[in-house]
Amino acid sequence: MSDNKNKQADLPRVGFYICHCGSNIAGTIDVVEVSKYVSGLPGVAVSREYKYMCSDPGQEMIAQDIKDHKLERLVVAACSPNLHEETFRKAAAKGGLNPFFFQMVNIREHASWVHTDKGAATQKAMDLARAAVARVRHHQSLEKKRVPVDPNVLVVGGGIAGIHAALTLANAGKKVTLVEREATIGGHMALFDKTFPTLDCAACILTPKMSAVKSHPNIKLWTYSEVEKVEGYVGNYKVKVKRKPRYVNEDLCVGCMECIDACVFKEAKFPDKFNQGLGKRKPVYIDFPQATPKVVLLDPQTCIQLKTGKCKKSCAEVCDRKAFDFEQKEKFEEIQVGAIVLATGFKAYDAKRDHQYGYGRYPGVYTALEIERLVNASGPTSGEVVLRDGKKPKAVGIVHCVGSRDAKSNKWCSRVCCMYSLKLAHLIKEHSDAEVYNFYIDMRTPGKGYEEFYDKLLSEGVHFIRGRVSDVTDWAVTPEEEGRLVMRVEDTLAGFVRRIPVDMVVLSTGLEPQHDAQEVRRRFNIGCGSEGFFQERHPKLAPVNTFTDGIYIAGACQAPRDIPDTVAQAGAAAAEALALIDAGFVELEPNTSHVIEDECSGCKSCIPLCPYSAISFEENKKKAIINEVLCKGCGVCAAACPSGSIRQNLFEDDEIFSEIEGVLAK
Amino acid sequence: MKYQYFPGCSLKGMGKAYEESFLAVSRALGVEVKELEDWNCCGATAYMSVDETKSYALAGRNLAIAERNAGDVIAPCSACYLVLNKTMNGLKEHTELNRKVTGALKSAGLDYKGTAKVRHPLDVLVNDVGLEKIKKHVKAPLSGMKFAAYYGCQVVRPYATFDDQDEPVTMDKLIAAAGAECVTWPLKTRCCGGSLTGTVPEAGLRLAYIILKEAKKRGAQAIVTPCPLCQFNLDGYQDQIAAKYERIDMPVLYFTQVLGLAMGLSASELGIKRGIISAEAVLAGR
Amino acid sequence: MPLEQKVKYESDCDKEFATWVTSQTGGENLRHCIQCGICSATCPLSLYMDYTPRRLINLAREGFKKEVLSSFTIWLCASCYACRSECPKEIKVTDIMYMLKRKAIEEGVFPRRFPIPVLAREFSRMIFMFGRINETLLVTDLFLRTNWFKFLTMTGLGFNLMRTGRLSLMPDSIKRRGELRKVLDAIDAEEKKEEVK
Repeated sequence: MSDNKNKQADLPRVGFYICHCGSNIAGTIDVVEVSKYVSGLPGVAVSREYKYMCSDPGQEMIAQDIKDHKLERLVVAACSPNLHEETFRKAAAKGGLNPFFFQMVNIREHASWVHTDKGAATQKAMDLARAAVARVRHHQSLEKKRVPVDPNVLVVGGGIAGIHAALTLANAGKKVTLVEREATIGGHMALFDKTFPTLDCAACILTPKMSAVKSHPNIKLWTYSEVEKVEGYVGNYKVKVKRKPRYVNEDLCVGCMECIDACVFKEAKFPDKFNQGLGKRKPVYIDFPQATPKVVLLDPQTCIQLKTGKCKKSCAEVCDRKAFDFEQKEKFEEIQVGAIVLATGFKAYDAKRDHQYGYGRYPGVYTALEIERLVNASGPTSGEVVLRDGKKPKAVGIVHCVGSRDAKSNKWCSRVCCMYSLKLAHLIKEHSDAEVYNFYIDMRTPGKGYEEFYDKLLSEGVHFIRGRVSDVTDWAVTPEEEGRLVMRVEDTLAGFVRRIPVDMVVLSTGLEPQHDAQEVRRRFNIGCGSEGFFQERHPKLAPVNTFTDGIYIAGACQAPRDIPDTVAQAGAAAAEALALIDAGFVELEPNTSHVIEDECSGCKSCIPLCPYSAISFEENKKKAIINEVLCKGCGVCAAACPSGSIRQNLFEDDEIFSEIEGVLAK
Repeated sequence: MKYQYFPGCSLKGMGKAYEESFLAVSRALGVEVKELEDWNCCGATAYMSVDETKSYALAGRNLAIAERNAGDVIAPCSACYLVLNKTMNGLKEHTELNRKVTGALKSAGLDYKGTAKVRHPLDVLVNDVGLEKIKKHVKAPLSGMKFAAYYGCQVVRPYATFDDQDEPVTMDKLIAAAGAECVTWPLKTRCCGGSLTGTVPEAGLRLAYIILKEAKKRGAQAIVTPCPLCQFNLDGYQDQIAAKYERIDMPVLYFTQVLGLAMGLSASELGIKRGIISAEAVLAGR
Repeated sequence: MPLEQKVKYESDCDKEFATWVTSQTGGENLRHCIQCGICSATCPLSLYMDYTPRRLINLAREGFKKEVLSSFTIWLCASCYACRSECPKEIKVTDIMYMLKRKAIEEGVFPRRFPIPVLAREFSRMIFMFGRINETLLVTDLFLRTNWFKFLTMTGLGFNLMRTGRLSLMPDSIKRRGELRKVLDAIDAEEKKEEVK
C-alpha cells in the first residue's frame, strides 16, 4: 500500500472491499482486476477481494483493517444495499468507525447479473467503485434516531388470516383493532362446506375462532368498515377508518332475526351475495346464522324505507331492542397503532371472462364457489346437488385451471384449485349419484396428506382426464349429447380428442388479487408484484414483511395459498409485529432532510410537495421546518428548494457531485 | 368517410356478389370507397406454405401502394384481411424479415413504412358508420326472418381487435339493425373447411356439413357470413354434402346482402341470384 | 397384425431440427408448451390427424423430424387459428404448421395422397404469372394434375357456378407484372446470398 500517496493528497484513508459472492459476481467480473485498479486510486489505503464478504470472516477482516490501517472511510462492492448495507455498517462500527462513513456499491444486480460481456462488466464495476471512493470522502458522521413504538396493532381483513393474526396478537396481550369490509368476518373460508384434505367441516373449525374474536377483551372488531387513510411511520401509524351504516345499532341488536320474518317483503327475492347469488335474501338480512357479529343489516339498494322513506317499517316495530336506526350515517374513526397486518385476501377469477366455457350463457355452468354453497348443508339447497332447474345432474365435469396458467388471463398456478377440485368431486359424488369428470393439466398435490387425498379420489371412481377443455357448448353430435352440455377435450394420455356430455360444469376458477389491491397498496405505501399481489420484502427470508417497516402481510393477499399455509403465515406476521412492539423502539435512518434556517426564504414551495406531510411552516420565524421523524428521505424538498436551503443527509451536493465526477472520470 | 378498397381475387371471381353488395351498401350509406390501384393477390393461405418471405412481400406490395394514399384500407375477404394484418404485424415484430421484404420492395420502387391501417367492413360499419345511422337507412326491415350469423375463422382470429375471438357480435348487431333475428348457436367461428373442401373433401365436406346442419337445427332460414370462402364452401358444396350426408338446402348470404335488402336495394344490385342455393323462397316470405 | 417395435432411441432424434423449429418466425414460444391439449381439442380437423397438434408440437421440440414432416397433421391444418387463439402459452401453432409445410415441401417428404402441396405450387406460379388468382383456372389445373377422375365429379359444381355467373375462364392480371416479379426475384436473390454465406 502506498502511504505516501495518501499523505500527499491529504485525503481520508479509504478501505475498499470487493466480494466474489461465490460465482454470482466473480463469474462475470474480474474482481482481482477491480481490486488492483482501486488500490491505485488516490486515498485508497487498503483494497481487498474476498469470496463472501458478508460472512463472519469477511466482516472481521474489515473491522480488523479499520483498526490496523487507521481507515477513515469504507467502500464495499457487493450485492444490493437492500441485502447487506446494514451488515457492513455494523462491521464499520465494530472497527470503531461511524457506520455512515461507508458507501456500498451494487455490482451484482447492477453489473454481474445483468451483463454477459465480462470485459464491459468489469469496466463498469471499476467505474462504480471509483465513483464510490470519490463520494465516500465527503461522508459525514451521522447518528440514528430512536423513536418509541405504539403497542397497539391494526389487522385489516377478517378472513382466516386476519382472524388468526388478531387472536395471536390479542393472546399476547396486545390491543388489536380488526377491520373487515364485509358485514361479517369469516372471509372465503366461511363459504366452504368441508376443507381438504381432512374433510373436516369448515364451519366447525372456523366459527369458534370467529366467536373468540368477538368476545376477546383485547380485540375491537369493526366490520362493514374500511381503512380510508394511513399516516405516520413504523411504530407510529395514525389510521382513519370508515364505518359504513348498517342502519341497525350494533350494540343493541342480538341477532334474533325476528325483523327478517317481519319484513314487508314476505318472500326473499333479492340475490343473496353470500350464497353467490344462488339463494335469495330480503332487504334486512344476515349473511349466515353464525355471522360475526351476529347483527342484521339493511341493504339500501332494496329497502323501501331507505329508498323512499315510505314503508311501514314492520322490521323496526317488531324489534324489542329498538335497534333500528334508519338515519344512521357513515362515520369516521381514528386510531393509533404501532404495527399493521394486512390480510385482505383474494378475489376469485371472473368465469365470464372465458367465453368458451359458457358461464352466464348456459345455466348448467357453475363456478367452484357456487358449488361450495351448493354442497353446503347451510347453503341454498341444504346441501343437495341440483341444477338451477331443480333436476339432478347425471354427469358433472370439473374444469381445472380456469383463469390460471393462461397467458390470456393469469399466468400463475393458483395452487389451491387441484385440491379443492378433488374435494368438490368427492362432495358431489357423496351428495349425488353423478359421474364426475376432472379435467386437469397437471395434478398438483404437494402438501401433507394431499397425495393421499388424490389416491382416495382415484379409488372412488372419479374420472381423471388430462387435458384442458377447449369449450363447453350445447352443440350435439350424437343422440346422447342432445339437450346436454358437451365438453371438448383432448385426452392427452390417450392421444385423441373426446367429447363428453354432462349436465353440470364446474369451473375451478383461480385466485386473483383483490379488485382494489392497487389502491390498498398505495394507501399503505407497500408494493405489488407484476401479477398484482402484495410484494413481500424477500421471497424466502422475509415472506411476511413488506418494504415499509411495521406493515406485514398474511394470507392470499400475498399469493394464492390454502388454509394451512395462510394460518401459518398469519402466525408469522403476528410474531413479526410482536417482535417490533416488544423491542419498544425503532431506529430511523438518518438520511433525512433539514432546513438551513438562515438561507430559507419562507417561500413554502416545499410544503405541498412533501408526500409524508413532514414539512410545516413556523409562522414566528417565517421558515420551513422538517420533522425528521416523519421524513422518509425521498429528497423531493431538497431538489425543489429554490434557494438551496434544504439539505439531505447522505445526499449532500458535494457527495452527489463527486460521485458523478467519479463515475465519469477515466 | 373515405376509404381504400382491397377486393382480392375472390371478390372478383366466385365472390362477385360480395363485391356487388358491399359497393351498393357503401354507396347507399355515403361511404366512399376507391379500389386500390393495381393491387395483387394477397397470397392467402397457400402462398405461406411455399415461401414465407415472398408471401410477406406479396402483401407488402399492396400495403406500400396503399400507403401512397389517404384512408384506411377495407379488406372484405377474411383471408385478405388476415394476410394484410399478419404482414403488418410480422414486419413490425421481426427486424430481419422486415429488412429482406422492404429491401425487395424498394428494388422495385416501392416504399413500405407500415403506416397503412387494414380494416374489415364489419368494423367500419359498426364503429365508423354506426348502427344508429344504418338503422336510419333501413327502409324494408327483414322482420320475422331468422339468420345464423356465421363469422368463420380468419375475420376474428387472430388479429381482429374490433370483436371478441370466441363470441363475436358485430355481425349480429348489423343483422339486428336490419330487423332480422339471429339464432343463438355455438359455431359462429368454427372452420368451414377452408380449402380442404377441394383438396381433402372427405375432411372438408364434413366441416361444411356441420355448420349447415347446426344452423338448420337452430331454426335459421339462411346463413349470413362475411367471408367469400365460407360462402363458397357452404353454398357450393351442398350437392356433394347431400350425396354424402343429407340434403340441407340452406341459402348462404353475405351480411352486406342482408343489409342491402333491409335498406331497400334491389336483389339484382346485391347479387342475390348468384347464390347456388337460391334465397328467393326464403326472402319471399318476408 | 405384425409386431412393431415402438421404442425410440436418442439417435432417432434430430436435435438440429428441434433447434431449427424454435429459431424460425412463429416458433419462438414452442418450448413453453405444457402439453395441455387445448389446441387439439379446439381443432376442427384433429379428428383426422395421425398426430394431434399437441403431439406434433412435442415431437418437433424433441427433434423427431421424420415423424413430424411425414405427418398428415400439417396438411390437414386449414389455418383457422383456433389453436393459436386458445393456446395458454401463446404458441403460434398455425405459423408452426406453415413452417413445417414449407420444410416438408423443401425436403420432398409429404403424403402423396394430399394434393395440397400441388395446389400451393400452382397458386404461387399463377401469382408469378398474373399477380392475381383466377379460382376457376386454379382448381381446374389442380384436378387435372392430381385426380382428373375427381374433376368429373365436380362438374356439377362447375355448372352451378356457371349458371350463377361466378365462373370466369379469363385470367385476371395486374398491370405492372414486372414490378411484382422484380420484388419476388429480389427475395430469391437475397435468399441465395444467404445460402452462399
